[in-house]
Amino acid sequence: MIQTKNNDQHDFEVRSQDTICINESTQQHPWWYNMKYLAAGILLGIVFVKAEIISWYRIQEMFRLQNVHMYGVIGSAVATGMLSVWLIKRFRIKTIYGEPIVFHPKKFNKGQIYGGLLFGAGWALTGACPGPLFAQIGTGATVVIVVLLSAVAGTWVYGRLREKLPH
Amino acid sequence: MTDFLKHPWPWYVAGPLIGLMVPALLLIGNKHFGISANLRHICAACIPAKIPFFQYNWRKESWNLFFVAGIFVGAVIASNLLRDPDPLVIAPALSEEMDSYHLAQTGTLLPAGLFSWNSLLTLRGLVIMVIGGFLVGFGTRYAGGCTSGHAILGLSTLQWPSLVATIMFMAGGFITANLLLPVILKL
Repeated sequence: MIQTKNNDQHDFEVRSQDTICINESTQQHPWWYNMKYLAAGILLGIVFVKAEIISWYRIQEMFRLQNVHMYGVIGSAVATGMLSVWLIKRFRIKTIYGEPIVFHPKKFNKGQIYGGLLFGAGWALTGACPGPLFAQIGTGATVVIVVLLSAVAGTWVYGRLREKLPH
Repeated sequence: MTDFLKHPWPWYVAGPLIGLMVPALLLIGNKHFGISANLRHICAACIPAKIPFFQYNWRKESWNLFFVAGIFVGAVIASNLLRDPDPLVIAPALSEEMDSYHLAQTGTLLPAGLFSWNSLLTLRGLVIMVIGGFLVGFGTRYAGGCTSGHAILGLSTLQWPSLVATIMFMAGGFITANLLLPVILKL
């Protein structure tokens, strides 16, 4: 089932076109190196809860223009990210393992329009995007496991119908 | 000493911290910030069903699963050790609207009357959780990313397709929250 090294070209194409989560590293590390990402996730989870980003109410306020909170969060996150990426490019900063950091342009396809609208609808209903779903469960809202399983089902159905959908 | 950490954090603290995830992930392992891809990795790992879209080496992307596991653990820590003693404050106009749907405000992050196991047995709870969740998974994958991958990483790297996606997220959300949700909440 799992594709091996000899199919790396295809593997890369699938990953780069269909998911923004691209792993650029060619380094092979033991599994426990992934604890770095667990630690980063823990920090992000704390921010998600303490800044109330995972609150269904905050998302409703955003879509009703009743509160600047979410606009402030997203806006300042983008500004910080933009400045960081500019600095990385400008000074050709490398990873802690000395690998160059590379960026790939994303190709436009109609999925960003249709899929974007559908995700926006789901975001407004559930008050959560994929990251906050995990955080909501962590705060003790166990029923959100159902929302998460539905999201996995949605992803699976997309994969199943992919060839038939306009892109 | 930790009192200031327990109160809700303002946007100008939270936003930059989230933005710093972009360089942090790049520097510690050349990883691109993006969360919705983990839903695809779960499909690829558990139910690939010979679908080409799920035939790839998900183990190579397993960092993403550790990352979301961290988000879960972080939320457990924040909601226990850093629990805010005060109830959640929401906009007065939203509060009034919630009253009209007979949704009690419990001062929690999620309306308890909507996100509970009992609510799953009601029509409105079912639609919001099951259909809403489905749209989150289907829509993010169709769009090629979610708020983290498109709105934050995509805009940070000046990718115009990500700007299109972000505008569509907001459009879909505005339409649904203002036109569809009021109907669903009255079910």
